[in-house]
Amino acid sequence: MPETTTEAGVAPTQFEPKIVAFFCNWCTYLAADLAGTTRLKYAPNIRVVRLMCSGRVDPQFVLEAFVKGADGVLIGGCHPGDCHYESGNYKTLRRFHLLRRMLRDLGIEDERFRLEWISASEAEPLRVAVNDMVEKVRALGPLTLAVPSERAEEPEEVAVP
Amino acid sequence: MTDKPKVAFYWCASCGGCEEAVVDLAEKVLDVVAAVDIVFWPVALDFKRRDVLAMPDGSLAAVFINGAVRSTEQEEMVHMLRRKAQTVVAFGSCSHLGGIPGLANLFDLDGVLASAYLESPSTVNPDGVLPRPRSEVDGHSLTIPKLYETVRSLDQVIDVDYYLPGCAPTPALIANAVMALLAGTLPPKGSVLAPDVALCDECPRKESKPEQLALSAFKRPSEVILNQEECLLAQGVLCLGAATRGGCEALCIKGNMPCTGCFGATSRVKDQGAKALSAIASMVESNDAAEIERILSSIPDPVGTLYRYSLPASLLRRKHVAAGAGTKG
Repeated sequence: MPETTTEAGVAPTQFEPKIVAFFCNWCTYLAADLAGTTRLKYAPNIRVVRLMCSGRVDPQFVLEAFVKGADGVLIGGCHPGDCHYESGNYKTLRRFHLLRRMLRDLGIEDERFRLEWISASEAEPLRVAVNDMVEKVRALGPLTLAVPSERAEEPEEVAVP
Repeated sequence: MTDKPKVAFYWCASCGGCEEAVVDLAEKVLDVVAAVDIVFWPVALDFKRRDVLAMPDGSLAAVFINGAVRSTEQEEMVHMLRRKAQTVVAFGSCSHLGGIPGLANLFDLDGVLASAYLESPSTVNPDGVLPRPRSEVDGHSLTIPKLYETVRSLDQVIDVDYYLPGCAPTPALIANAVMALLAGTLPPKGSVLAPDVALCDECPRKESKPEQLALSAFKRPSEVILNQEECLLAQGVLCLGAATRGGCEALCIKGNMPCTGCFGATSRVKDQGAKALSAIASMVESNDAAEIERILSSIPDPVGTLYRYSLPASLLRRKHVAAGAGTKG
């Protein structure tokens, strides 16, 4: 990607998002594996957690990932109709929609939480999805979830008539 | 003063319902009063802060604190009570999990004050006066406690020994806790003094819960005439029994109202709202993204519904804003 330089000509340190990726054992994880064996390069910002099914992604895992420092969370599962366990990915889809709304209400942008259906043979779509998410999260900047410290200054004093 | 164990009650950000729950012990309250000396209870007895301050540290057997912590005064008082008491019991949902006042964590302090003192339809405040920590009136300087930006549960402020869950805790649970305290039979520190199973387990409508729930809309209790015996989820009403600790005697269910989650989750759950979301969303009867979105839109406020009593104690704790942005609302 194009390097930007400051006036002093020094390249600023680019923000590298950390993205936790929950991939299902039967489809998306195999796509990531295939990307590796076919030497497809994608952004090294994702940390993959392999689960048996995308339906195993408890919404608590997503929240905990954010709380522990992830700037984004990506869930990868089998295409609709292809779930190894028949309906796990549909449950993921339903939870994803409600969780994304809830995250939005709690101040976490939609781009930080993404669901992709990627089959075992789709190394190229995996590369595209990962790179796209990394760029979008990079543009948003780091996610800071610290509970704000209390106000440093007292509010202005007001005379009550 | 006798040598009976000394106990205190205190309230922080709460509605007074927890105080009412103590009174609701009815004649059992006489057993409690016979067994202990109540040395501090601002809502009912005329002891002052200075009376408690004068007692030696650790001289109270137990203090029951209800309400969330959101002001400098509350923070100071709970630290003082912690020093004076051997056992601190977080009493009720607000103290346990942040409670209803904890939903203020969806806004910043300016937004909360603006809503309460300027924008609400019932407010008459033509001069736009807001509470300030210090005000000058006729040459006098008046001070009130400062409000914090974030509402906290009691254990986010001081060390807590036990939790009595509920909005409010039931008389049975309170009486059990007090008797266990007096008998020295309390469970390990950190325990919630209620059964560690989901409400569905003790629900009188358990038998009518279908093997698989499939909902095409979530209805509010006011939108439907509810059958008094059938599982409320099966009737399309969003009931949080599956993600909520039991021990409340299913009081709301018996009143034909769904569980709203006031007992918090069981010990195996880290985040009640997330767990409730998981259970509720998977019941949606569709595999199509647009249709799923449509069905879920019948839950207008997911955070307020699923974290009604537990936002401050949740993993995310509050609404977060990128630096420089506001959360007025």
